[in-house]
Amino acid sequence: MVSLLDIIGPVMVGPSSSHTAGACRLGLFARGLVGGRPDRALVELHGSFARTGQGHGTDRAIVGGLLGYAPDDERLRGSLEHAAEAGLVVTFQTAKLRGEHHPNTARLTLARGAQEVVMIGSSLGAGRILVTAIDGFPVEITGAYPTLVVVANDEPGIVAGVAGALAREGINMAAMRVSRRRRGGDAIHIYELDSPATPAALATIEAIGAVRLLRAIDRVA
Amino acid sequence: MFDSLAAAVEAAEREGIGLGELALRTEAATGVRSREEIERALRRALEVMRGAVARGLAGDLRSVSGLVGGDAARLARPRGPLADTLFTDVLARALAVQEVNAAMGVIVAAPTAGGAGVLPGVLLGLAGRRPLPDEALVRGLAAAGLVGAVVAVRASLSGAEGGCQAETGAAAAMAAAAGVEVLDGTPRQAMHAVSLTLQGALGLVCDPLGGLVEVPCVYRNATGGAMALAGIEMALAGIEFPIPVDEVIDTMGEIGRAMDVRYRETAGGGLAATPTGRRLARERLVQLKARAGAAMSPSETSAARRS
Repeated sequence: MVSLLDIIGPVMVGPSSSHTAGACRLGLFARGLVGGRPDRALVELHGSFARTGQGHGTDRAIVGGLLGYAPDDERLRGSLEHAAEAGLVVTFQTAKLRGEHHPNTARLTLARGAQEVVMIGSSLGAGRILVTAIDGFPVEITGAYPTLVVVANDEPGIVAGVAGALAREGINMAAMRVSRRRRGGDAIHIYELDSPATPAALATIEAIGAVRLLRAIDRVA
Repeated sequence: MFDSLAAAVEAAEREGIGLGELALRTEAATGVRSREEIERALRRALEVMRGAVARGLAGDLRSVSGLVGGDAARLARPRGPLADTLFTDVLARALAVQEVNAAMGVIVAAPTAGGAGVLPGVLLGLAGRRPLPDEALVRGLAAAGLVGAVVAVRASLSGAEGGCQAETGAAAAMAAAAGVEVLDGTPRQAMHAVSLTLQGALGLVCDPLGGLVEVPCVYRNATGGAMALAGIEMALAGIEFPIPVDEVIDTMGEIGRAMDVRYRETAGGGLAATPTGRRLARERLVQLKARAGAAMSPSETSAARRS
């Protein structure tokens, strides 16, 4: 379903909806995964991002996203300087990521305090994004919804606990996906919601014993 | 939104409304956003377009690579036979917005960032020469959005998929419908303006130097505005294009699919592959890398890491 506002929009900092607006959204989503501004970031650019990323400001857009700037924020232009001022240390590399990836793909390795996260995401065109991996778990996240990322021990009842906590607060799920590397190990849960999770719902989920990590990420698209 | 422009025109005629009003009603009927929210978003888009035109006409911008900038201001003081006409107003405004885009300024993708100059060029060019209230311009944007949505479904709005015909060509077709709408033409005239404009953009390749949205993109937004004006003028004169509009749009899609990958945003052909195009791109990219310093290593060191 194509919306009028997909065609007349988005309002964005140029020059390219895929190389700039989409790249910024990837940075914003990754920022959400570590719960705020990272201290260190390794930005690896793959494919067309690596070839023409600098001329399109892809580097600035991703770092702007890490600083919390939206795609229409003019501060994006100066984001590399702002990052240095804010104490965010960024390293850029070009990379040939293994496996099948969209031409406009980046891998972001972020550290914030003791936390570290590795995210792979692609910019699909017209500013739309798809996050395809978090910490090696395959995912499919568009960033178009408020999203909950839960990492929990793989045991029965976690989904029911999360779903119950959301239901009690009247929050509807648009989509969910659970995957794990091995039985009984860590499982990652992705919940895309129609409205942001409330503090009460988040507190209930965090209190579930098997939950190791909980992140609530605002919609970025 | 509609997947046939002919069907949209029939619906508008049945209701006795314009394409812009039809687009607003159809969008509100999806229930995702209220009519008020949709109009507010389009009003904001209009304000951003105005801001980008003013910023670009100031003439002091350079693009990220330094290849383009300052030409909109030149055209704002035209010296040719069309000086001080709507035509040069449209060209200057289209250039202005695209120069802002190339300099990482704020624009409205319409339908894409690479084609973002055409629609504000035409609409704000028209608004500079006659009193057009914002409500009319918002209806113009809505009509343009309807046309873009049909092109998105039937063909493509991506240079990487369909060449420049899918970006500045589609933008020109959208601007033609918007122009007819705000000049109080009929939905049928808007439809023919789309056909008459798009036929002139068929086959247009996407061949940006170094893959950057700069050359020829900035100038193609101006020539896109010129095509839209031609389409508007012909349609308002009562000219009807003999091939139905949906078939013209389908043709654009078919040509895009048949287009060699060199001509689809890869900088492998066209102007990008000329000796000068290659040299300019090489020089600018070397400068960019130098400016970024050692931060960006061209090595493949990470290739061996887990992906």
